[in-house]
Amino acid sequence: MKQTRAIVITGNGTNCEMEAAHACKLGGFDETVIAHIAEILSGDIRLDDFHFLNLTGGFLDGDDLGSAKAQANRLKNASVVGTDEKLVEQFTRFISNGKLILGVCNGFQLMVKMGMLPGFDGNYLQQTVTLTHNDCGRFQDRWTCLKVDSDSPCVFTNGIAKGIYLPVRHGEGKFLCDSAATLARIEDGHLAVLRYSDAGYTEAATEFPVNPNGSTNAIAALCDPTGRLMGMMPHPEAFVHYTQHPRWTRETLPEEGDGLVLYKNAAEHVKRNLI
Amino acid sequence: MAKRIEVALRAGVRDARGERIKREIDHFLHLNVEDVRTLDVYTVDAALTKNELEQAAAGPFSDPVIQTWSIDLPLATGFDYAVEVGFRPGVTDNVGRTAREAVAYLTGRPFAEGENVYYSVQFLLAGGLTIVDVEKIVTGLLCNTLIQRYSILSAVDFSAKGGFPPFVPKVSGATKVEVREIDLEVPDDELLKISKDGVLALTLEEMQIIQGQYRDPKVLAARKEFGLGAKPTDVELECLAQTWSEHCKHKIFAGTVQYEDENGNRQEIKSLFKSFIQRTTKDVRERMGDKDFCLSVFKDNAGVIKFNDRHSLVFKVETHNSPSALDPYGGALTGIVGVNRDPFGTGQGAKLIFNTDVFCFADPFYAKPLPSRLLHPRRIYEGVVEGVEHGGNKSGIPTVNGSLVFDERFAGKPLVFCGTAGLMPAVVNGQPGHDKYIKPGDLIVMTGGRIGKDGIHGATFSSEELNENSPVTAVQIGDPITQKRMFDFLIRARDKGLYRFITDNGAGGLSSSIGEMAGECGGCRMDLARAPLKYPGLNPWEILISEAQERMSLAVPPEQIDEFCAMAVRFGVEATVLGEFTDNGVFHMLYGDRTVAWLPMEFMHEGLPPMQLPAKWTPPQHAEPMLDEKGNYTDDLKKLLSALNICSKESVVRRYDHEVQGGSVVKPFSGVNNDGPSDAAIVRPILDSFEGVVTAHGICPRYSDIDTYHMTANAVDEALRNYVAVGGSLDLVAGLDNFCWCDPVQSDKTPDGAYKMAQLVRSNQALYDVCMAYNLPLISGKDSMKNDFYDGTTKISIPPTLLFSVIGKIEDARKAVTMDVKRPGDIVYLLGATGDELGGSEYFALSGSIGNKVPLVDAATAYQRYQAYHGAVNQGSVASCHDLSDGGLAVAAAESAFAGGYGMNLDLSRVSWKGDEAGKNDCALLFSESASRHLITVHPEQRKQFENIMHGNCFASIGVVTEETKLAITGLNGDAVITACLAELKEAWQQTLREL
Repeated sequence: MKQTRAIVITGNGTNCEMEAAHACKLGGFDETVIAHIAEILSGDIRLDDFHFLNLTGGFLDGDDLGSAKAQANRLKNASVVGTDEKLVEQFTRFISNGKLILGVCNGFQLMVKMGMLPGFDGNYLQQTVTLTHNDCGRFQDRWTCLKVDSDSPCVFTNGIAKGIYLPVRHGEGKFLCDSAATLARIEDGHLAVLRYSDAGYTEAATEFPVNPNGSTNAIAALCDPTGRLMGMMPHPEAFVHYTQHPRWTRETLPEEGDGLVLYKNAAEHVKRNLI
Repeated sequence: MAKRIEVALRAGVRDARGERIKREIDHFLHLNVEDVRTLDVYTVDAALTKNELEQAAAGPFSDPVIQTWSIDLPLATGFDYAVEVGFRPGVTDNVGRTAREAVAYLTGRPFAEGENVYYSVQFLLAGGLTIVDVEKIVTGLLCNTLIQRYSILSAVDFSAKGGFPPFVPKVSGATKVEVREIDLEVPDDELLKISKDGVLALTLEEMQIIQGQYRDPKVLAARKEFGLGAKPTDVELECLAQTWSEHCKHKIFAGTVQYEDENGNRQEIKSLFKSFIQRTTKDVRERMGDKDFCLSVFKDNAGVIKFNDRHSLVFKVETHNSPSALDPYGGALTGIVGVNRDPFGTGQGAKLIFNTDVFCFADPFYAKPLPSRLLHPRRIYEGVVEGVEHGGNKSGIPTVNGSLVFDERFAGKPLVFCGTAGLMPAVVNGQPGHDKYIKPGDLIVMTGGRIGKDGIHGATFSSEELNENSPVTAVQIGDPITQKRMFDFLIRARDKGLYRFITDNGAGGLSSSIGEMAGECGGCRMDLARAPLKYPGLNPWEILISEAQERMSLAVPPEQIDEFCAMAVRFGVEATVLGEFTDNGVFHMLYGDRTVAWLPMEFMHEGLPPMQLPAKWTPPQHAEPMLDEKGNYTDDLKKLLSALNICSKESVVRRYDHEVQGGSVVKPFSGVNNDGPSDAAIVRPILDSFEGVVTAHGICPRYSDIDTYHMTANAVDEALRNYVAVGGSLDLVAGLDNFCWCDPVQSDKTPDGAYKMAQLVRSNQALYDVCMAYNLPLISGKDSMKNDFYDGTTKISIPPTLLFSVIGKIEDARKAVTMDVKRPGDIVYLLGATGDELGGSEYFALSGSIGNKVPLVDAATAYQRYQAYHGAVNQGSVASCHDLSDGGLAVAAAESAFAGGYGMNLDLSRVSWKGDEAGKNDCALLFSESASRHLITVHPEQRKQFENIMHGNCFASIGVVTEETKLAITGLNGDAVITACLAELKEAWQQTLREL
């Protein structure tokens, strides 16, 4: 039987590759490779050989020019060694081949700054939204309740009843759109997959700290109209087992953490559609 | 001509950075500013076309959704004063470096020599400010003039001049490389002057030893062969100064102490380090026999212990006090990324799994005048917190445990302790992971950052008190991303077996790292001209001792060098061969063909006789405070909860990523609202296993005012009782000692040196005694012995401080226990006895007193109880456990209750008492800080099981967890002594530092 294959890109300040790979494995991928960007730029590893791409958390290039800006520039402009191929072509081909991309935190920042999200009209290289400094002006590590839009086309959140509970760990997570029209198109298309909310997952939250960064309409995650590309500020890979929950010593929790469903859905989608 | 690219936020986009500065101006300087906005400025000094500049501005430099940009056209409007702040020439400019790389990707061609991009920030201030106010804002807040430059323009001048002109902070100056010879055939006062003027920190005796070496005919004859004369070169003298500095050589801990106790008993101690610290480990290991888990102690950059059959744990804690006093942000950032290199450079290299940090500051609300060179404690607090935040978060290492400790005397020097643990394979390429060696003929390779004038004399300047003339060059700024890239490369190179030996470049730079490595095989020959420089113009001695960051030194076998270097290029890491290791007994430095230093290894490492240190212990006597018997202590409890040393540090802790790497089991906060203070941290470094690493620490400098013996005993006990509380196993736990002392060497500047030295002796005695009782081997540590400020009139010495850290294991992390009470009806137990031990307590500190009855640690009894408690944890009968420390029982009970969201009824008459019954009263029972105590809750159905396993130990059931959200404590006569709702207690605890 053919293998389901996930790849996690690391290097230049990516930090969450180990736990993201672990989540892919628990989610059911037959193989998960942690690839340093140097190994992709050198041509040793090619995105074409994988079904699920993880762009995960960290501080790409120290977020020195604004979060993930320098990596977005690198991916757009760098060529694979010894070829005429720009790296970005591997990305666009990956998308057009119907494969899955999940960007978490710094990975989400990278996706919006490359223009991969929201990805209207099949244009994955046009930036229309951004993630910028939290209103509180500081990095925040805290857990958040995330209300799901169950009408979303998102492949990853399929089956989540009301919401999920995950940590955010960022200084630049405030979601903004370039225009009211973009926001309306996102919301009308149910592309705002997750929103910061109250503990019952009923109301989107506007106030700190329940909304940790001041995001427009409490938007915490975004998908493209196909539902195969998703970016989110909270960390699903940080909650795949109950011992990662901040209150596991006082609550009765299932073995699996809330974030694992995203990886399971990804593996399931790959099995059904790409193998 | 350099071009300025300005990037501004679009109208209507919130400027969070500007708002934060506005708040800080208000908080710090009490100036009323209407508005602060900020712009990013990139000064591009490179041959780019107009089109390329526009692409850079529109691409990597700006975000089209929220920002606009311009080239050579000011964007600022609507302000009264504009201020631009950038780095001084040669200071690490991380944003500039990233911008430069981004442009190179964009254009597809590398920058030419001398071309660069420089970053600065423009601040636009609006409101009724005078130029004096603006100067105050700039120098007091926006700009650290040690490392940064600024210019100010009023709105009128700004429009007249068309904004700020481009400014290129390129390092200029002489590029002539020079090696000086220093004449040591001079009178003693001139010898001392050479040391003082050169920031060599060498004493007269040490200068004379060097003088003697250069009179030895055999040495002179050997030197002649290499074209060297009878005078030492500056390279040699600087190298010896680094190698022999207190910072590198630990002369005080290695010295011979004549100790006299309070009864006139005299004792000669040859090396405190050998007599106490090393002996502790040796004796504990002997007693453990085949259960010994120590793998590498005291000989490498960090200590190594066994974790399981396949992995070993590595741990090191460092301090970075002196640099943090001068540049809090850069000093602390360098502190954390610097200590990262210790476990990374241990054995064959380790993956880093967590950071810890402990900061000691003066009151951030300090309102009295300070000596001119000292920064305000609040600014140090802000800078240090942010430096460690950036260093830790950007490196992807979770910060899992720490403390903030406050005492006014830390205004003289803040203490910045940074720790890092790592995990290494037990076996790498067929060899123990913790072992390494060098063969003569192996190549000397330096990887990572380049060398500049940053951090010159860091080792020697921190070996002296902070003074008016402390050198600017001693400060560095870390670059976590360059380091991360290097680690990504080196860990892969390790697994491929591409190097034989690795160590870090820290204090003393190459002189120290290569000097120590050469000690492994017996010599080295290195060409300083081959070292990659940030900018031209460094003299050989500067190249040798620069503490420029993000560098590791390696020994690479010649047959592996091509593969090693090729891999480095692929990973974007600079690797340079500087020479080779030899076995000829000489530390031989060249600059091109010319020999610039020729130092026999034996003289470098063994040439210094031990220091002679007098120590005399006279126990201090403090006024014993008269305690008023109060009917009600609720207000006192609230005051304690608000005290700086006890209050919530959540505003700081949430800025540190404590969960990255995914192994977090016990986080810094526990409880129903994720905000109760956890005692210790647990992480699972291997995600498909439930084996956990547990870490905790103890620190109690207040007790040093009474007796450093008991300060130390309590610090060790506090670390272990925190560790035990969450479920750490006593079968696999090791300690690290970090001594931060005020200068204990008797001199004119330090007339009370003999007392301070006696304090150090007593601390070491306690360390041995208590660690022996607890079976705690010491695996690594560090000392920092000159934590004083002296400007000729004012002297501020820190209280002698020991940070004791522990690292160990919990076999099954799913059995971990947190400090929050879990459900109403649970029985509350107090483990351990309480005594009349309010000396040095937070309670006495409320009224400015110290007292004398410091808590005494009964380690033998405590150890038995800790073992019994661990048994209870293993059988699952403990619902919650919180350690008792600052503020005693009342504070611990309040914290456990409000963390869990349930109340507690406690009865003081049921508490076990130790010592004289005459001292037993409600106040002591509530607030005494008697050691080795835990507050436990147990579900009623587990009661029997719990009591059975604790049988034979001192513990008492003292109350019950209640549904009602109130803390109710009754006193000895049955009356209520504390009654408070949890919400008000929690508010008292949270309010103090919430806004910082």
